[in-house]
Amino acid sequence: MRLFPFLITTTITVGLVYLLNNPIGNKIPMALGAFVSPQHGFWQNAEPINHDFNDTLSIPGLRDRVAIYLDDRLVPHIFAQNDEDLYAAQGYIHAKFRFFQMDLQTRAAAGRVSEIAGPSAVNFDRSQRRLGMVYAAERALEEMEKDTLLKKVYDAYTRGVNAYVSSLKPEEWSVEYKILNISPEPWSNLRTALLLKMMAKMLTGGTENDLAYTNAKAIFTPEEFDQLYQRVPDSLSPIVPKGTPFARPAIQPVIPASADSLYFNPKKQVAYNQTDKPNPNNGSNNWVMGGSRTKSGAPILANDPHLELSLPSIWFELQLTDNTGTTYGASLPGSPFVIIGFNDHIAWGITNAQRDVKDYYEIKFRDGKKDAYWYKGEWTPTQLRLEEIKVKGGKPIIDTVAYTVFGPVMYESSFSNPTTHHENLAVRWTAHDPSNEGRTFYKLNRAKNYRDYVDALKSFTSPGQNFIFASKSGDIAIWQQGKFPVRWHKQGIFVMPGEDDSYRWQGFIPQNENPHSLNPARGFLQSANQRPVDATYPYYIPGSYITPRGISIEQKLAAMNGIEVDDMRRLLNDYDNVTGRALQPVFLKYTRENDLNADAKRFLQIFKDWDGQANPESKGQTVYQVWMDSLKTTIWNDELHQVSPAAPMPDEQILTEMLLRDTASVFYDDINTPKKEGLADVLTTALNKASLKLAEAEKNNKLEWAKFKNTSIFHLLKDAVPSFARRGLPVGGYGNIINAITVSHGPSWRMIVHLTQETEAYAVYPAGQSGNPGSPYYDNFIDTWTKGEMYKLLIMKPGDVTHDRIKWKITLSPED
Amino acid sequence: MKTLIAIILTAIFSLVLGIYFPWWSIAIAAFGISLAVSQNSLAAFSSGFLGVFIAWGLYSFWIDRANESILSTRIADLLPLGGNPAFLILFTAVLGGLIGGLSALSGNFLIRPGKSRRDSENYYQNKFGPR
Repeated sequence: MRLFPFLITTTITVGLVYLLNNPIGNKIPMALGAFVSPQHGFWQNAEPINHDFNDTLSIPGLRDRVAIYLDDRLVPHIFAQNDEDLYAAQGYIHAKFRFFQMDLQTRAAAGRVSEIAGPSAVNFDRSQRRLGMVYAAERALEEMEKDTLLKKVYDAYTRGVNAYVSSLKPEEWSVEYKILNISPEPWSNLRTALLLKMMAKMLTGGTENDLAYTNAKAIFTPEEFDQLYQRVPDSLSPIVPKGTPFARPAIQPVIPASADSLYFNPKKQVAYNQTDKPNPNNGSNNWVMGGSRTKSGAPILANDPHLELSLPSIWFELQLTDNTGTTYGASLPGSPFVIIGFNDHIAWGITNAQRDVKDYYEIKFRDGKKDAYWYKGEWTPTQLRLEEIKVKGGKPIIDTVAYTVFGPVMYESSFSNPTTHHENLAVRWTAHDPSNEGRTFYKLNRAKNYRDYVDALKSFTSPGQNFIFASKSGDIAIWQQGKFPVRWHKQGIFVMPGEDDSYRWQGFIPQNENPHSLNPARGFLQSANQRPVDATYPYYIPGSYITPRGISIEQKLAAMNGIEVDDMRRLLNDYDNVTGRALQPVFLKYTRENDLNADAKRFLQIFKDWDGQANPESKGQTVYQVWMDSLKTTIWNDELHQVSPAAPMPDEQILTEMLLRDTASVFYDDINTPKKEGLADVLTTALNKASLKLAEAEKNNKLEWAKFKNTSIFHLLKDAVPSFARRGLPVGGYGNIINAITVSHGPSWRMIVHLTQETEAYAVYPAGQSGNPGSPYYDNFIDTWTKGEMYKLLIMKPGDVTHDRIKWKITLSPED
Repeated sequence: MKTLIAIILTAIFSLVLGIYFPWWSIAIAAFGISLAVSQNSLAAFSSGFLGVFIAWGLYSFWIDRANESILSTRIADLLPLGGNPAFLILFTAVLGGLIGGLSALSGNFLIRPGKSRRDSENYYQNKFGPR
């Protein structure tokens, strides 16, 4: 042999194999050799266009055979003989099409992103742990498993998921695993609980502004504070129709004697900004038209939840049939049941309640150590929870979180960088309390009438939602259900003293006193994240309400009669900018044209010609929105930045009403200038400022609203995989418009259900059933959604096996 | 002819081993074939390279056609290959080929007769004449 050459080439070969079998630095996260190997790498995820999904297999724990039919949209129609088998099959199918999503989302919920993304994710992970996400999931799990029926369901679901995952060879893993160089982790009931807590955080993690309000009280008088942050808008169209009487409250909370000095005291400040705040636009629309309003005489229900749009979608469409009946709708991969949908008797939908269910308490630790805190006159031991955060490419971090009677001490000097204050703040969050939301969905999926619906809602505590309802027997209803604390006036909008129990929540509003309505005279109901009730409701209910969409929906529904499904579809896609139209005359009247620069004058003309619609081609909408954003900062920044961190921006509805009614408001004045500015000044200044951004957009041919907005839907891994996204979608709309599409947020599911004898239903969502970026089913619904169209749903009956839309069959058999 | 056989056998065995073993079994395949088919070193490298190049190139091309380049377009953007599926297929084939070639060369050096003292004496005699 040629010894020397042999040794050299062998070393080079082995070295090269090793190099290509591992990540290379930070730029190449995958094992390149394995990644491009046609038999092992991403090529194995390139699904043939005519892929055959037929399959027969057995999974452990099944009692009987389950048949899963896939239609031409890859929607599974599952037929089982009992509920356990049904949910085992749902677990299997969820895993088959979306396991990476389930895995990633629950790792993120548990604060385990650093394992995958390295040190840059440590702050996020710490935030999740300190918020008590895993703690909340553990408590929920305990409660879920006490319910024998639900425990069987969750066990079956987990079995189904794991039956799929454990059957995979590494080359069959999703492409994301190969890119990130990680492996799938088995499912557990705890992970289902984590998914539910992820939803809770998404929907109630950002519906309070308590930290920022605490600082805001230092710069505003109580009257100003109320005017900016507490007023019930006059234009409100509440969920419960105005004039509905409310029962006397069962619980009358008592305000502590020390409140003026220890709570309302403007000198009491905090140094923290809320970390990782969920999108305040996480809201939705739903409405229901009773038989008196529809052409057919049967109710029509519509719902579109507004969430961060992603690929794959947070939703997965399917139909579940067992021996008790069928349910069809949107499900959440990671959880059994249909979450939004209908069955043979009823339909339901949900929108976010936006209620404040998270408060903060100031904690005094002993001697700067966290093992004890001052409570009710003595040093009380905390429970220390060691959170180990594994970090890719680094040493694990141990974060010690102290738990008090209120909850985890999330903010303290070791987390966040305080300026002069070193407050320790514990979080009291309803999501920490044991709960069993699954029972609600289990029952709702099988509900036959209004009574069943109300009974199902009993077990629903977090996150608070507006459940809209319609039945084939003609009932329409809405119920804002959740566990909402009873608050004395203004309790919880500031940080509260945590040295005794006098500031603790004094109870929860009983379910029957939560806002609800059944068969109102006007024949329709709607919710769009607005405040649920008018000011006559006897409880104090702070929240991050969004007002304009509710106004718009109510106006339009009230004017409709003889309604058909297509009217509802057009309303879901409505681009009418109610706020913009209302403000147009004010802007035009008060802007001083002579003080505008040349560009601004041109944009003013465009604004004059604007028809008030946020259409994709509209230039007027762009001018309006950029001007309005500029106006907000012009008016508010001088006031809000008097404290650090800054006070929160008041809700847009407050500003809108101020501009319409109060042309001499003191807030128009810039407190940092000697001159006393008025409405004309701020409008003119704002347009001049806005003209810079608008001119830039115009230069790049991006003045049209859809081009300016650049609505894009990203893969869950976001910037790491830009080519997995769909960008620049030609859609209009905005967060305060019925068709609430912002930049990458909006209607994540659109559904219309017509409760005729033979149910007629339509739906669409901006993604696809498959989570595989290599599949033609990854994003095939997006164009339909973009055009405002919807698919007619195949509500499959057992005899429909020969329907021409049914393409494939998966048979799951018991193991013998 | 030998080279052609070596190329074909390397291609076949790379794919066969790949069914049961991890991706780097292409190295084993190329190494093994090169032990069995004696060639000069350049031919050995070439047949190892081309064997895997063809196996990986054709297989990925076939997959890509059936998938209508949905995934390859995306991956070719992820790895900076300009979003071009053809480049990605080429990249795949070349990467595999490189491993194949180097492995085959190693195998070749193992079986090629080495330079003995006698050979080096012959070398001097042939070059400079007898001492």
